Amino acid sequence: MKYLLFVFISFLFVSTTTMKGKYITKNGKVSFYSDAPLEKIEAKNNQLNAAIDANSGEVYFKVLIKSFLFEKALMQEHFNENYMESDKFPTATYKGKITNLQDIDFAKAGKYSSEVEGKLTIHGVTKDVKTKGTITVLKEGISVYVKFKVQIGDYDIKIPGAVAGKIAEEVEITVDADLKNVVK
Amino acid sequence: MKHFIFASILFFTGNFLHAQDDLENLFADEETTEYASATFKASRIILGQSVEQPYTGNLIFDIQHQFGAINQGYKEFFGLDQASTRLGFAYGVTPWLMVGIGRTALEKTVDGSLKIRFIRQSKGEVNFPFTINYYGNIGVNGLDYSLIPIKYYFTHRLTFLNQLLIARKINSSISLQLMPTHIHRNLVERVIDENDIFALGAGGRFKITKRTSVNLEYFYVLSAQNAADFQNSLSFSFDIETGGHIFQLYITNATGMLEQQYITSSTGKWLEGDIHFGFNISRTFVLKKPKDFKE
Repeated sequence: MKYLLFVFISFLFVSTTTMKGKYITKNGKVSFYSDAPLEKIEAKNNQLNAAIDANSGEVYFKVLIKSFLFEKALMQEHFNENYMESDKFPTATYKGKITNLQDIDFAKAGKYSSEVEGKLTIHGVTKDVKTKGTITVLKEGISVYVKFKVQIGDYDIKIPGAVAGKIAEEVEITVDADLKNVVK
Repeated sequence: MKHFIFASILFFTGNFLHAQDDLENLFADEETTEYASATFKASRIILGQSVEQPYTGNLIFDIQHQFGAINQGYKEFFGLDQASTRLGFAYGVTPWLMVGIGRTALEKTVDGSLKIRFIRQSKGEVNFPFTINYYGNIGVNGLDYSLIPIKYYFTHRLTFLNQLLIARKINSSISLQLMPTHIHRNLVERVIDENDIFALGAGGRFKITKRTSVNLEYFYVLSAQNAADFQNSLSFSFDIETGGHIFQLYITNATGMLEQQYITSSTGKWLEGDIHFGFNISRTFVLKKPKDFKE
């Protein structure tokens, strides 16, 4: 009996903590910007999958490479075919953890600066990425804004000499997503 | 108490281990459709059309050159002294519709064309093994009327092409295509010539590097009389993609750059060296920016 009671209590405890919740979206925005001397390239994607667990601080982001849109459709083709090889590596993911979870009160509306560290996988190559962002707690969910830079060379993406002046070695990535609270 | 500690340890370690997977699993049920893109680099395999067409709002400018027969030797600089051209524009009206216009030096022909994509090769939620397009054009022969004394009408100048393009991107380097073809000529030269010609084309793209490939293309003429009098066209090309341009350097036994010409009236024989150098340059211009990028 005592055993059952304890199990029951521990269940209760676990379920109440998970009630606090997860936040999720399937149409967050992610964009990147390459500022090279000869050409400025911007690509946008409105189908970012993002999830944040407010209890554990775990974060998960996933995006389909083919759903990045470019101003020039031909660039999009070359991006997929020649650089990202999206037939072989269809997605980019980020799995990480918020390291200053104690500073963020998911129950109270407001703007919180957050730190996150984890693993970014692009083009089949995984690297540790640590960055800072903003989490804004709203009535119905949270809004996440992160800006960080990646070195193209780190992810085994080769830029041929002929286009060296058109593609920057460092690309700025911006994540802007509104996540809704889900109880699961 | 021991049980409780055990149970809670089990629970929390389990919970910790699965947290990340839980987040991933939130998206697990989602199945998306992935469409094959860039089955070919250019809207032509070599002389014939590929399933590619200009993206919406993009204009492709085609510069096509074909030289004389190589076996003419040094006197004609292996054919390079004689150049024949086609200049053309093709515009992507929607993701599935292309309209084009062009002019070929051979027979001073003006052509208007349409390419319509019916279905795209895809996998995932929607699964289909081929990309299928229709390509059709009308050619208007611009030569003076022949001396044969019959009454000529404008319609005598017209030739028509109907083609299905059925392609599969096997992997990132190999793509294959079949082209069942029908050509109708309103006026033919001889009594025995057929007005309607049927042919089956086949082509392929084999990548060497990410930006270069070897292509080949063959049209087998099914109509008996035409097949007896003329040669099937066989072409090989080397393609280089530089970013904004695509260069296709080719060798062929065919003459002409319109299907109505090279499928029906090629006389060159590969084995006799009666073949031609040629090249296509295609350049894409963005005329209409996509919605997300309008300032």
